[in-house]
Amino acid sequence: MKEKKNLFKSNAVQSLIASLLCIVLGLLLGYIVLLFINPAGAGEAIMAVVKNFWTYSKQTAQIKNFGNTLVKTAPLLMCALSVLFAYKVGLFNIGAAGQYVVGSCACLYAALAWHWSWLPCMLLAILAGAVYGALVGLLKAYCNVNEVISGIMLNWIGLYAANMLLANVKEATSPYTMHLTGAASAAILPSLGMEKLFSGNKYVTIAIPLSIVIAVVILIVLDKTKLGYELRATGNNKNAAKYAGMAEKRNIILTLVIAGALAALGGAFLYLTNYEQWSVTQSSVPGMGFNGIAAAFLGGLNPIGTIFASYFIQHITVGGAYVDKTMYSSQISDLISSLIIYLCGFTLFIKYAVNTGIARREEKARQKTPQASGEEGGDK
Amino acid sequence: MDADYAIEMLHITKRFPGIVANDDITLQLRRGEIHALLGENGAGKSTLMSVLFGLYQAEEGVIKKDGREVVIRDPNDANALGIGMVHQHFKLVECFSVLDNIILGVEPTKNGFLQKDEARRKVVELSDKYGLQVDPDALIEDITVGMQQRTEILKMLYRDNEILIFDEPTAVLTPQEIDELMKIMKNLAAEGKSILFISHKLAEIMAVADRCTVLRKGKYIGTVETKDSSPEELSAMMVGRSVSFHVEKKPAEPGEVVLDVEHMSVASRAHKKDAVHDVSFQVRRGEIVCIAGIDGNGQSEFVYGLTGLEPLREGKIVLAGRDVSHAPIRERSTHGMSHIPEDRHKHGLVLDYTLEDNLVLQRYFEPEFTNGAGFLRRDRIRAYAERLIDEYDVRSGQGPITAARAMSGGNQQKAIIAREVDKDPDLLVAVQPTRGLDVGAIEFVHRKLVEQRDAGKAVLLISLELDEVMDVPDRILVMYEGEIVGELDPKTTTQEELGLYMAGAKRDGVSV
Repeated sequence: MKEKKNLFKSNAVQSLIASLLCIVLGLLLGYIVLLFINPAGAGEAIMAVVKNFWTYSKQTAQIKNFGNTLVKTAPLLMCALSVLFAYKVGLFNIGAAGQYVVGSCACLYAALAWHWSWLPCMLLAILAGAVYGALVGLLKAYCNVNEVISGIMLNWIGLYAANMLLANVKEATSPYTMHLTGAASAAILPSLGMEKLFSGNKYVTIAIPLSIVIAVVILIVLDKTKLGYELRATGNNKNAAKYAGMAEKRNIILTLVIAGALAALGGAFLYLTNYEQWSVTQSSVPGMGFNGIAAAFLGGLNPIGTIFASYFIQHITVGGAYVDKTMYSSQISDLISSLIIYLCGFTLFIKYAVNTGIARREEKARQKTPQASGEEGGDK
Repeated sequence: MDADYAIEMLHITKRFPGIVANDDITLQLRRGEIHALLGENGAGKSTLMSVLFGLYQAEEGVIKKDGREVVIRDPNDANALGIGMVHQHFKLVECFSVLDNIILGVEPTKNGFLQKDEARRKVVELSDKYGLQVDPDALIEDITVGMQQRTEILKMLYRDNEILIFDEPTAVLTPQEIDELMKIMKNLAAEGKSILFISHKLAEIMAVADRCTVLRKGKYIGTVETKDSSPEELSAMMVGRSVSFHVEKKPAEPGEVVLDVEHMSVASRAHKKDAVHDVSFQVRRGEIVCIAGIDGNGQSEFVYGLTGLEPLREGKIVLAGRDVSHAPIRERSTHGMSHIPEDRHKHGLVLDYTLEDNLVLQRYFEPEFTNGAGFLRRDRIRAYAERLIDEYDVRSGQGPITAARAMSGGNQQKAIIAREVDKDPDLLVAVQPTRGLDVGAIEFVHRKLVEQRDAGKAVLLISLELDEVMDVPDRILVMYEGEIVGELDPKTTTQEELGLYMAGAKRDGVSV
């Protein structure tokens, strides 16, 4: 029996549709909230969020600000890859936020206190994140501590440890760490001339192409290698993995080591650009790691999809800053972008809804042609 | 004029997405009869019963009680109509007494206080009347499976149910307990209760049922009087062709010892006693040894210990001359042990993986399938999968790239057997390899086991099915409460003798 191939049955197409639907729903919801607060400026405000750097009329300014969005995309992509990688192995790495923090702390401290150059700084960040991830992995593998619980606790431990340590390298008059200038400027990631492409935006560095390369590497590791085969088997059915003689404890630890390294590298990708400084008085874990969760799901749990999802989330987050502050309070940009990010988490749910919708429609079609039924299906 | 039918299900049709589970099925249960419902797994028996219980609503067809049309929306409606069911897996509260379980949900109360004396009187009366021996004050966790089942039956009688449904009630019983259950069912029928008996065991149906309705692939095949029928006719109706019940095999020619288990003990996860205690035996090339026993007597834990899923507490396992007592699973697997697991969904397959990825689950790391850089050799995996699919006739929608989840149970099992047998092991451990399979697939599995034996492999079969235990192996070891209590020769022993060992009523002095 040959059936007409339904385009909507393809997994990739479904993921794409689900993600786009989430985005549209998120924007709609954001618009409704804006309408409630101040109907006069709602349309303009939501357009500001969507337009982001297109708000500027001059092309050079547009490109320069596009560069800024990209600078913030690289660290988010790394956090999203961290979450995605662990998720494929059946682990929910909410600790990505903390791993991002220790990565940021390690590279900043090495740069400011010891004047290391960018490569050793980056490697130290990776090491710190790997060790931090290993803590979660060891607890999970040997003490059966849920990775969400230990991850959340380590997020806070990481935050205050970072605040404490970085207080040694902060500016005298502000809570922010020093800029990467003078002796510390060796720690700034090289830009390889890319700043010229972005109207002289000096924050554009190798972090951006590197993060995309890493996404592709993750895709290849998961899909094409023995390691990926083992890790995904462990994630899908750890009993079967054990039955087949895979070292499941080692796999769990290894996964979290890699996930930790990825998130920590995200920290290095932001702070070694000199784009932002760490505030040692901050009392909440930076949202980058948590937004990584949303980006991973919005990207359909596919490394390539995650690249676009990370960009989109940063696009609206940065865009939120352009909302007219005379009509709305300054928190509105965070509210709108978080609404959209929240909706992004529904990607899998919408995919499921699309699927059952198709199944139901096919069932109806089949009932109209009675002779087609009967011989198919079976027990599981 | 239809008044002699207690319950009638007329032209029931129930569809699920992609499948018609019940297609125009008619089932008429006479008052005071034992009516068997026969069919393979997936034939639609459970769906039909769920419709009767109001768990599903049929798209077409009507249900009549005493000739009057009724609508059953949920299980409460079914209870109100006097329909009761003993489920295959009992619905009892383990830490409650028998009496408490019987009155659960219909407790007699006065001013909010329980009135157990009255309930006890009624339970004792019922148990005397139908010969259902129970101790009303014993806790469920302390009594035998047989008594638990009698508790379930009393639950229905206590509720004055007229229509009693038994869902595969003999699966968990010893042969002696089965005989007793048969007697009880006949008693109940003689007292005017109408019994619906769901089973796929032909001998039991022939022994106890008055009539038998057969379903196949969701369709109604027919209803026959058992006294005018034969097991052969019933099985042909059930499967759609005639099937041989007996496994054809030559006499065994045992060779050298492949597996030597010495004083093996495995700790229990549930309680302080060992789940497996001091088990010793050998399996040789060219023979099939079967470990028989009632479910839950340590067989699963024994297999876990043997294959490395659980550590040994004590003892030694020698596999083809190599001590593997504490070897990791991978080492046992690469040194001659293949394992067809008890639960194919839990251990045997990664359901979200494709068929081809599942077929290399035990071999993906070999240089054949992974190159030096750690990349999978996809083309070779595909070719290997295609060969196995062809040789073992594994059927699936899209061949090697079908998701294992989308395959039928029989074909999933075939895939596992293909994978484990093709590893060319010295020892093949097959745990309940035919569980949940239909008659045709069972035939296939048994043939493969005998083929392996004839090819000079040692085969260790762990089975709960009496027919399988009697038919397939060359030697039977009976396991009771974690110990081997006897060795039997399937050619000379009887089901009765086997049953006595399985129930712990008889044991050999010496260990094997």
